[in-house]
Amino acid sequence: MAAHLKKRVYEEFSKVVQIHQEEAPAKKLRLSKPSKSAALHIDLCKATNSTDALQYLLQFARKPVEVESVEGVVRILLEHYYKETDNSVRLKIASLLGLLSKTQGFSPDCIVDDAINTLCNEKSHQVLAQLLDTLLVIGAQLPDSATVRQRLIDVACKHLSDTYFGVRNKCLQLLGCLGLVDSTLNKESDGAGASIVMVRDVQSIISDYFGDQDPRVRTAALKAMLQLHERGMKIHQIIYEQACRLLSDDYEQVRSAAVQMVWVLSQLYPESIVPIPSSNEEIRLVDDAFGKISHMVSDGSWMVRVQAAKTLGSMLQVSPHFLEQTLDKKLMSDLRRKRTAHERAKELFASGEFSSGRKWADDAPKEKLDTNTVNLIASGACGAFVHGLEDEMFEVRIAAVEALCQLARSSPSFAEKCLDFLVDMFNDEIEEVRLQSIHALREISKHITLREDQLDTVLAVLEDSSRDIREALHELLCFTNVSTKECIQLALLELLKNLNKYPTDRNSVWKCLKFLGSRHPTLVLPLVSELLSTHPYFDTPEHDMDDPAYIAVLVLVFNAATSCPTMSALFSDHTFRHYVYLRDSLSHLVPPLRLPGRKQVYGLDSVDSGCGSGSVESAQLFLQQSLNRVSTIQNLEAPGAQELLNFTIRDLQRLGELQTELAGAADFCATYLRCQLLLMKALQEKLWNMAVPLCLKQNVTAAAAAQEILQETYKLEFLYSGLENRQVATIHHVRLQAKALQLVLTARTRQGLDSLINSCDKFLQDIESFQRLFLTELPHLQDSFVDKLLELMPRLSSCKPAELVKILQTTLRQSGLLQLRLPEQIHRATATIIEPTGESDNPLRFTSGLVVALDIDATLEHVQDPQNSVKVQVLYPDGQSHVIHPKPGDFRKPGPHRHRLITQVYLSHVAWTEPSQIEVRLLLAYSSSSTSLSSTASHQWWSDSMDGVPQPEAAVEGTIELSKPVKVYIMPKPARR
Amino acid sequence: MPEINVTPLGAGQDVGRSCILVSIGGKNIMLDCGMHMGYNDDRRFPDFSYITQNGRLTEFLDCVIISHFHLDHCGALPYMSEMVGYDGPIYMTHPTKAICPILLEDFRKITVDKKGETNFFTSQMIKDCMKKVVPLNLHQTVQVDDELEIKAYYAGHVLGAAMVHIKVGSESVVYTGDYNMTPDRHLGAAWIDKCRPDILISESTYATTIRDSKRCRERDFLKKVHESIERGGKVLIPVFALGRAQELCILLETFWERMNLKAPIYFSTGLTEKANHYYKLFITWTNQKIRKTFVQRNMFEFKHIKPFDRSYADNPGPMVVFATPGMLHAGQSLQIFKKWAGNEKNMVIMPGYCVQGTIGHKILNGQRKLEMEGRSTLDVKLQVEYMSFSAHADAKGIMQLIRMAEPRNMLLVHGEAVKMEFLKGKIEQEFSIDCYMPANGETATVTTNPSVPVDISLNLLKREMALGGPLPDPKKPRTMHGTLIMKENSLKLVSSEQALKDLGLNEHQLRFTCRVQLQDPHSDPDTLQRIYVHLKSVLKGYTIQHLPDGTVMVESIVIKVSSSTEDPNTKVLLLSWSYQDEDLGSFLSTLLKKGLPSGL
Repeated sequence: MAAHLKKRVYEEFSKVVQIHQEEAPAKKLRLSKPSKSAALHIDLCKATNSTDALQYLLQFARKPVEVESVEGVVRILLEHYYKETDNSVRLKIASLLGLLSKTQGFSPDCIVDDAINTLCNEKSHQVLAQLLDTLLVIGAQLPDSATVRQRLIDVACKHLSDTYFGVRNKCLQLLGCLGLVDSTLNKESDGAGASIVMVRDVQSIISDYFGDQDPRVRTAALKAMLQLHERGMKIHQIIYEQACRLLSDDYEQVRSAAVQMVWVLSQLYPESIVPIPSSNEEIRLVDDAFGKISHMVSDGSWMVRVQAAKTLGSMLQVSPHFLEQTLDKKLMSDLRRKRTAHERAKELFASGEFSSGRKWADDAPKEKLDTNTVNLIASGACGAFVHGLEDEMFEVRIAAVEALCQLARSSPSFAEKCLDFLVDMFNDEIEEVRLQSIHALREISKHITLREDQLDTVLAVLEDSSRDIREALHELLCFTNVSTKECIQLALLELLKNLNKYPTDRNSVWKCLKFLGSRHPTLVLPLVSELLSTHPYFDTPEHDMDDPAYIAVLVLVFNAATSCPTMSALFSDHTFRHYVYLRDSLSHLVPPLRLPGRKQVYGLDSVDSGCGSGSVESAQLFLQQSLNRVSTIQNLEAPGAQELLNFTIRDLQRLGELQTELAGAADFCATYLRCQLLLMKALQEKLWNMAVPLCLKQNVTAAAAAQEILQETYKLEFLYSGLENRQVATIHHVRLQAKALQLVLTARTRQGLDSLINSCDKFLQDIESFQRLFLTELPHLQDSFVDKLLELMPRLSSCKPAELVKILQTTLRQSGLLQLRLPEQIHRATATIIEPTGESDNPLRFTSGLVVALDIDATLEHVQDPQNSVKVQVLYPDGQSHVIHPKPGDFRKPGPHRHRLITQVYLSHVAWTEPSQIEVRLLLAYSSSSTSLSSTASHQWWSDSMDGVPQPEAAVEGTIELSKPVKVYIMPKPARR
Repeated sequence: MPEINVTPLGAGQDVGRSCILVSIGGKNIMLDCGMHMGYNDDRRFPDFSYITQNGRLTEFLDCVIISHFHLDHCGALPYMSEMVGYDGPIYMTHPTKAICPILLEDFRKITVDKKGETNFFTSQMIKDCMKKVVPLNLHQTVQVDDELEIKAYYAGHVLGAAMVHIKVGSESVVYTGDYNMTPDRHLGAAWIDKCRPDILISESTYATTIRDSKRCRERDFLKKVHESIERGGKVLIPVFALGRAQELCILLETFWERMNLKAPIYFSTGLTEKANHYYKLFITWTNQKIRKTFVQRNMFEFKHIKPFDRSYADNPGPMVVFATPGMLHAGQSLQIFKKWAGNEKNMVIMPGYCVQGTIGHKILNGQRKLEMEGRSTLDVKLQVEYMSFSAHADAKGIMQLIRMAEPRNMLLVHGEAVKMEFLKGKIEQEFSIDCYMPANGETATVTTNPSVPVDISLNLLKREMALGGPLPDPKKPRTMHGTLIMKENSLKLVSSEQALKDLGLNEHQLRFTCRVQLQDPHSDPDTLQRIYVHLKSVLKGYTIQHLPDGTVMVESIVIKVSSSTEDPNTKVLLLSWSYQDEDLGSFLSTLLKKGLPSGL
């Protein structure tokens, strides 16, 4: 990384200062070239025995070689190679050749001949294999040279008959990587008729080695074939049969590769027809392959099982009846009856129907001949997933769940069938599997409707002690369709139980009920009076509004009522009152209702209800218009400019509140404009020309403004995601202006020349780094503050501080407003602390000096890399503050751009006499160096020190407040002695 | 032809007292030595008089292998080793070795102390017997003697259950013991590599069953228990102290924890605590989940399950009791059953297989009135549920194991004859291999075709390689010349020169000589010249020399010409060739018999 950074820096430098620096490294290279190869040569000559030579080579391999000297080094190596008798040294040389030909900028075609020559004379198999590996590297470096490729392929074909498996492996690898995609190649067939040229293509050559005696070679052959496929060659269908045979290989790596091969072919030729051996029937290839791979789910090796289970998930073209066989339990339940009534069950067994028309018992003659195929259909594909889901290794189970999910997403009928199995998986012993199956069920839930008994099993999981499981289940319930009103009642009951048992789930449960209500208005309708415990004649007592369970019920009812207008007739008076209250306090959970005889509360509601795609566009238009309006301000001094800015900022802020989609953009603009406004105010002081002692007060406000602008620019840069380089440049520009203002103010108020000189130097450095960073953006910054400064740059760098300040002062005042262009999408990073709520009146008591753990639960939106940037700050009443870094494991990612932080912070303090409140908040830590790597911006030598103390050239670290502080009542008690 | 003989002394077309004799390659091995639950007389032990009428068994058996600690697989062990007499090695896995004596001691106590039997093995005998045990590790090849080697594979079923691969030379037998192909809450699935044994001796308890998925079974079980508890009923689960009991405990324990249930779960004390102790110890033999999590919490340290006291059975309110033994044939489970049988709210869940003749078997078959000892009858009102929690492989599992091991023959034991018959048919159909199912005392014989290993000299091999094509194809036989030397017990294939040298023999040259008469009017040298030219034109690619001493040499074949004494026109050709050049020599003789072409 550091090297990369250095290189970048160097590149940027090279653009500015052209002649001087470019020469230096070139000269260095030329110097090192002879020394490098010569040193190697001397070393190798010095070596008296092979061990020494090997040592030298090993040392040599540790240092990189420059492009220019590669060829020389290669020559020396080859020279030595011919002389060397020891295998290990030759092996090392061969591997070095491979390494060297990877050197960037070196074209290895000059060593192809030599490498092939050495290959022909080599006796040692290991060295041969290494040489072929070198050729592979060379071939990969020269993808466009047809002749080299042809020669390499010839070489590979020649050595395919080697007795050492490594050589054959490498040859196959070569063929796989270099084999021609569209043309056939010639192979001289040795034997009697040496003149006959046999035309064979790569595929058939490779497939010959499917039957090699060494499993490693068989694997290599399969891998080479897969490589060909990846390079875009269409694999012949003949290979299918051969690959299928390898599925029953003795070695797991062969089987695993064969599974992939069969899968590839099934994707290439899904519709072609293959015969079932020893019967007259024919089936589609994809079905056949599916059956065969299903069979591998009960393989002896779990690696193969995982591979097979994963592969099944992506075979979407398979016929539905084959698919359904994977879950076929019919056979089994038939057999279960058989235990009690043996004879009868035997008949049932025999007539055990399969959709393919094949039967388990009466296919005897076929089975005798070929067990493989018929087995598959009779018992292989059958129950593949039942096996996979019961597997011993949870890796296989997870793979099976994923595959089920994938298949079910594309086939509603299959989804219906696999439901029971997925629900069964909710009881798995490994939490990961349970979680995965809940997620899987959620993904397919659009296809299915849960029956009552199924829902029952699903809901049982709500009592799980793991929070992740419960929340996943809530998420699942949000998307679930249920069939009867009993289901709704059941779900509500269980959710309330859940709420009672785990009060921290409150938000999640409410949200869940919101969706449940809005999905099933008609099912909720008959339950309303029961749920709200209203009675046609009697007034019932009013519920406690603070009861989370009651709120949960209301959320369910109100959401159902949105699409069921008759429901509100069943509400009692206090329900309406509660509606108004909840609508206000939990507006994200309670939708606006059109209540008869009640005036709609306009305002927020009307906007919400009117929120469509059209309104987003109009809001966007509005945003753009406001920006355009602002851009008309040319001069900061212009009358009415401030007022316009003020209005626009207010407009934008309001827009952000109303239109959530544009909140980020609107906030961004508003903040930016605020910076401008502040700058404008600071500069507009009519007191700039006054003597210093007379305008102390103004100076103070201006300094505060400058400080604030600086703060705001950091927020602008780090809090918003989706910024382009141009916006970053604009932000930095504002920052530069703020700094200029600071400098001017310093010059005016402070005495002492040294500090001033320091600040001036720093400022000049800032300008330079700005120029370096935003070179590409400079054309857009025409007529701006920086533009003007850059024009004056030669003068600035030579003049005295006082003069510099003067120049700055005038430039600042003359420069116009830089127009802001909005990028496509801007999102503001936000965080909300859900837990602790800060409402509790009971102080958290603990013995002073010891620690107490405080649970924190927060959601983060649009925070990039929260693991490193989000911190928790605890502020004690005495002003002490602690920053805590949560563990990376505490962050979960429930959705795109969304994170959830569930962590514990440890508090400790000395004794207090009274309980008191501490503040907890989330901070976004930023560091300018880290962003300079991720984005293109870098401002390494920046320093925000006001007092001009020279700071080390380090990255600036800082924090931005990310969430509103939450108050927690704590009470450290003195320890009893 | 060598053969392998398999004779079940017990468990042949039967379940119980597993004891199978295998003679393979001149070695005699006893697989398991169990007792029968259904009998209380002499029939409960295998009939060792089959092996020898009197005297000790040591000289007839090379080793005894015990697959797992269930009494029907090891119950007769002290009887055999101490009372009948056997001093050879007994092989079993570490957990089996640890748990087996506990069960044997318990069995002895019930038989001697409760039933008052005499002439039974004593505690000391159990101890003496265990001293003869050699422990096995999984996948460890143990040499019993120079030729016999055994290797254990994981079998699931219960803690420490193993399948054994027995190998003598190239002949081999796999004995599965009891095994389970589906993993459960505490054990993994059986696994074996593709060892291609001559015979696979498999249990076949569930030969005709294909069980529902394990998860459904678990859910059903939990649901039944839960419902009964909610009704306020008592649930009796008869188990054997070890094995299923631990699985069900883990299942109920986790369920109780998840559902936050309060009803007590009891486990009959005594050997259970000891047994649980061993389960905690042999974590490596359990399944993935327990193996991975035991660092945080050993799953066998139960929170909700408490030891049972006799008096608790009369406590009011719901409870779950695990009691031994599992088939309701004696002991605590039977006592509790008698107490609870009258109330229809109660429930008994039979989680496993019940041998014929036990009460468990009777009530499962729907018998509602039971005759007890002392002529009393017992009305069974409580609900009887059967949950197939028995950890035996079902039909599919057996097929799966056959596919894994790829045996040449199959032999079924430990199952009912009718069911075996069915499975036998299936196996023969699907795999087209022979399947045997001998009854007790009946011998199944399998002839094997063992390959005989021969050492080949490297030089010979290299020479052959140089002669032949590119690569040896392992799938095609190939002929080669060499000399087979059988010396003592080793076979060696060497080149003939090497053989001569080794044996100190002189080489004998074998030459064939043959006269061919030829009508040719020319003089002898001319005829020879003509023959030389003729052969030169016919035999391309051979070295043909016309030597100055009046002979023609084709490779090593010498041809001489002499005129016949009677008729100078009749030339006599003398052909002489060595044995090695037989092909070429005979070709030449037939060629020359045809005469020389006139065109020369």
